[in-house]
Parts: sequence; C-alpha cells; structure tokens
Amino acid sequence: MTAAAGTRDEGRGGGRATTALLLAPASAFFLLLLLLPLAVVIVYSFGERAPAGGYLPAFSFDNYLNLAARGQAFLNTLTLAPLGTLLCALVAYPLAYFLAVRASPRIRTLLLVLVIVPFWASQLLRIYAWLLILGSKGIPALLSLVGIEDLLLVNTRFAVLVGMVYGYLPLMIFPIYVSLEKLDKRLLEASSDLGARPWRTFLQVTLPMSLEGVATGSLLVFILLMGEFIIPALLGGGKVFFIGNALVDLFLQSRNWPYGAAVSIALIAIMLASIVTYMRFVLGKRGQRPNAFM
Amino acid sequence: MPSGGASVPVVQFRDVTKRFGEVVAARDLDFEVRAGEFLSFLGPSGCGKTTTLRMIAGFEQPSAGEVHLEGRVVNGVPAYRRPVNMVFQHYALFPHLDVAGNVAYGLLQRTPRPPRAEVRRRVAETLELVRLGGFEKRRSWEMSGGQQQRVALARALINEPKVLLLDEPLAALDRKLRRDMQIELQNLQRRLGITFVLVTHDQEEALSMSDRVVIMREGRIVQIGSPRALYDRPADRYVADFVGKSNFFEGRVERVADDSLEIRLASGALLAAACPAPAPAAGAAVSLAVRPEQMILARAAEGLPPDAALTVGARVLNRIFLGEHTEYLLASETLGEFLALVPRQSELNERPFETGESLQAAWSRAAALVLEER
Repeated sequence: MTAAAGTRDEGRGGGRATTALLLAPASAFFLLLLLLPLAVVIVYSFGERAPAGGYLPAFSFDNYLNLAARGQAFLNTLTLAPLGTLLCALVAYPLAYFLAVRASPRIRTLLLVLVIVPFWASQLLRIYAWLLILGSKGIPALLSLVGIEDLLLVNTRFAVLVGMVYGYLPLMIFPIYVSLEKLDKRLLEASSDLGARPWRTFLQVTLPMSLEGVATGSLLVFILLMGEFIIPALLGGGKVFFIGNALVDLFLQSRNWPYGAAVSIALIAIMLASIVTYMRFVLGKRGQRPNAFM
Repeated sequence: MPSGGASVPVVQFRDVTKRFGEVVAARDLDFEVRAGEFLSFLGPSGCGKTTTLRMIAGFEQPSAGEVHLEGRVVNGVPAYRRPVNMVFQHYALFPHLDVAGNVAYGLLQRTPRPPRAEVRRRVAETLELVRLGGFEKRRSWEMSGGQQQRVALARALINEPKVLLLDEPLAALDRKLRRDMQIELQNLQRRLGITFVLVTHDQEEALSMSDRVVIMREGRIVQIGSPRALYDRPADRYVADFVGKSNFFEGRVERVADDSLEIRLASGALLAAACPAPAPAAGAAVSLAVRPEQMILARAAEGLPPDAALTVGARVLNRIFLGEHTEYLLASETLGEFLALVPRQSELNERPFETGESLQAAWSRAAALVLEER
C-alpha cells in the first residue's frame, strides 16, 4: 500500500514541489517560533540566575530539584484546570444539546451568535466584569439585602472556577454542538423503536455518539486552562496561584529565568503526559474508527 | 369490528388523518392489517405511505381518527411502548456498536433485563436466521449494503414484533441483490408467521411479495386488493397505470346493452367492450385500458382472434428486446401510439416484426377494461 502511494506521488513530481511549497510557511513558523524557542528554554532551564537576574550559562539540575518550591502553583493548576474543564463540559453539554436538537433552525443561528458575542470583547474586560459582579458591591451586596452577610466570593477558588467556566465555555459548546448536530436523528428513532425510553436513548446513543465532541472540547479547554494566568490573577487575587502566574512572577519580577524555564518545561511535560493519557483513554475505549467520525 | 370467529386485525386505522401544519400527509385512512399477512403500501413519493408506516410505529401521532394495535387504541402511545419494530430505509444501524450490540439492543431495553447467556444465544440464533452466523463482532462499516440490511432485519426480528414494518428496505440495494432479498423476505415472513407491512414505490416489489397491496395517492387510499386483483381489476386509470403498464384509449359510451358496451373512440371508431359493474351511463366519458401483453399482433387479419373488439392497421415505430418478451411501440390512425408485448415463444414460430413494418393489431373483447373518468 505504501509502495503504491509512493509510485502515485512520483507520477506527479510537480505535485510534490507544490506540496513542499505550500507546507513551507507553516513549517518555518513552527521551526522559528516554536521549536527554536523551546530549545532555548530547555538550555536555559539547566543554567543559573545571573546576580542581577537573567541567565548565566551552567549545567545543573538545581532548578528541576527545586520545583517543589512552587508546588502550590502546580497543585492549583492541576486541580482547578481539570475541574474547570469538567464543569465547562457539564454546563456546555445541555446547552449544545438544546441548540443542536431542540432549538428551531431560526433561533438556533441567533443563539449560536449569542454564544460567540462575548468573544468580541477582550478577555481582560470580561474578567474585570466578573470581578465587579463577584466583588463586595456585586452579588454579596445583593445577598446582604436578604440577610446573608459577609460573603466573600472574589479571591477564592470558586471565583477562579466561575471565571474559567465563563471564559472557555464557547470552546466547549461548539465541538459538542457539531457532534450532536451531525448525529443521525434516525438512530434516535431506531432506539425508541427498539423499546428504549428517552433517557436510555440518550445514555445509549446520543451520549456515546457525541463523546468525540466532548473529547475535542475538553482537550481545547484543558490545554488553555493549564496555561491560564489572567483569571487566577484577577479573580484569585494573588491567593489562588497558577503555574502561569508563577511564570509571570519568575520571568518579570524576580527575573530568575533559568528557574522559570524549568517550571515551563515541567508544565509542558505534565501537559503532554496528561494529553497522551487522555487520548489513549478516549480512543482506546472507542476502538478503531473510520475517518467518517472526525 | 370483525364478525364472529374472525381474529382481531393486528393493525386497524379508522378515519385517520395526519396534518403537518397546512399540509395533509394522510387523509381519512381506513384499513386493517390481518394477522400474519404481508401487506404493502405502494405509491409515488409524497403519497403518504411513509407517514402511514410511521403512525403504526408511533413516530407520528394522528391528527384525527384512531389507530388500533391488536384491538386497542394506541393514539398517543410512544414508539418504545409499541410491540412493533421497523427496518429503516438506510438501516440506521448504531455505528458505535458491533453487530451483536445492534441485534441485542431491543432485548437489553426490557425490564427485567434477560440474562447475558440468553441474550447471546438469541443474538446468535437471529443472526443465523438472516444467514449472518458468526458476524457478531463485525462493525457496520465493515459490511456490504446487503449485510447491513440483514443486521437491521435481525435487530427488529429478535424482539418478535407483532408487526414488522419495512420502510423501502431494498431501495439502496442493487437489482440482483434486491431480487434475492425479496425472495428471502417472503420466505422469512412465511416461516415466522409475523405480519409484515412494507412501504415501497417499486410496483414490482409490492406485487411480487405481498398478499395484499394498498395503493396510495396524494394522502388517500385509492385501492386495496391482492396483486392479481389490482392488476386485473384496477379501480381507476391511476391504479391501472401504476400497477403494470397499460394503454389507454379515450372515448364515450354510445350504447349500454345487457353485458356489453359500445364505445365511440375520439378517432370515431366504434367498438364493443365488456360492461363493468356498475355500468356507466350512456354518454359517459371513459378510458379503455388494454395491457400491452393483451395486444395481439399479426401480419394478416387471419392471425387475429375471431372475438376481436377492434382491429386496426398499425406501423412498428420501435422494437425493444426484453429477453422473454419483445416490446413494440406502434402507431395507428385510430388509436394513436400504443405498446404491445409479444412473448418470445410466439416469435420463435414466426420471424419478429421489423421497425417500419405495417401489420394488424387487435384485442379480444374481454381484455379491455372500461374505466370511468373521474
């Protein structure tokens, strides 16, 4: 099969040059802006902090051995990012289901646009808005009117979670919406015809057939949440620290670049490991599928 | 209600109408499906046959009238509570389940859930029934259309439905496979004794497989009858045209005698025909339907039957060799263009007619059907 494909490619020599040409920009982009900087970061991570801050060439594992000093940031990221992803999926699924299955085609488009509209404003602004809503003049002020006093919402894990779910919800909604929208409605009729009550049809047909959408959305949201720093910085008020905040601190405040580089590499390694495990789990459970399913 | 002794019909529709907004998909449907029979709904697309099937399945609820299953009104009863199962047009197999998972699906919805060993045994049995033994672990995309069709059949039959509903089940198969499946479906139906209700737009399919056929048009039932009755005694020109091919000659009733009519064709020719019941009034506009295979062709008038209703001179415009038959398109001054079908056997004795050849055409008096224009 490979041989056959090879001959076919050789039969179209011009096609090969075109392919190379078309791939060149993306390849150059990845080489110059991703792989090269990554190499620099790896080299830095084995170095030492210069006395005035920055990088001093060296070869030591001290930075990696010292990672535990930022354990709280790792812990926060590794608990809140998956939790935020899960909450996102739980909130997004019913909405995506409504949009794809229940909403009439006319209002569907309108609602889909409404899902994206918040993205037209800067993320910073939107998170500031939440700061006001959750802050002392927002929801706590309203609740104090009915007798619930001194409720602290902002600067908590709860506030960070709210911000994360809000900020990344559309990225979860769309993949799930697409997977539900292309679901053949006759399969639902077939299930009903075979005696399955509506909720069993949902569990046995709708849900398993839309898991690809959930997996895609979760991956997108999880990756972005792992690197998040604006939301914890604003809504966590310095009390809920993410690795992203640690990196900002290390590179810009204490200027300990080598240590920051080691933290970055650790973050990348953790992300790669969890993504690979996740993909294995999702794909392994669902068996080999033809490319008709994403 | 059926008279004493007769069994209750499995399905009965009483004045059922189904509207989708302004559109009336089915109007005043009144019919019954007898236990153990093979009934087909035949009509062009949009005639309401699929809506009718979906009302039996429970996917659609009637806007007016009553649907009965085994003597009980089931209006408003959802599909998952009805003892009927459907074979969908494009099979609608669950792609995330293997063949065994698809076939076992219905059994696994029951409460209490049958034991695992029993489910496995019945899946194997049912797959054997549709000649797919050992296919348990296959995936739907690894199978041909015919095999997927059998899985869909097994998935429905394992539930031992009171009625098996088939929605254009053979439409996606190629011609040869379709013939094989027709025979197989018919055998299966006889062997299992399950009532089959099939929807099709393919008249050959409906006529070859069914005990009775319901002809539908624009949401209404036009005629119900055995394939032979529909072919021999179509209720009107629509049925005569839809069930098999037919030549139609328009005319007016000139005179009504005891058992025969005299009809004046548009071209002025006068001819006799057997009188239908009820007899049309003198002066009524009628169509005379003559099946192509009842047209008799001969080079000379001596070859024609003595009781010919009308003998005309005609010229061969076109000839199509169909194997067991040859189809001739002819033109005559009295009749216009018409078709004639000559069996291979009679062409073995005599040399076939050539395009452009002039000859005599006739039909016997009993062969023509008089259909009143509506």
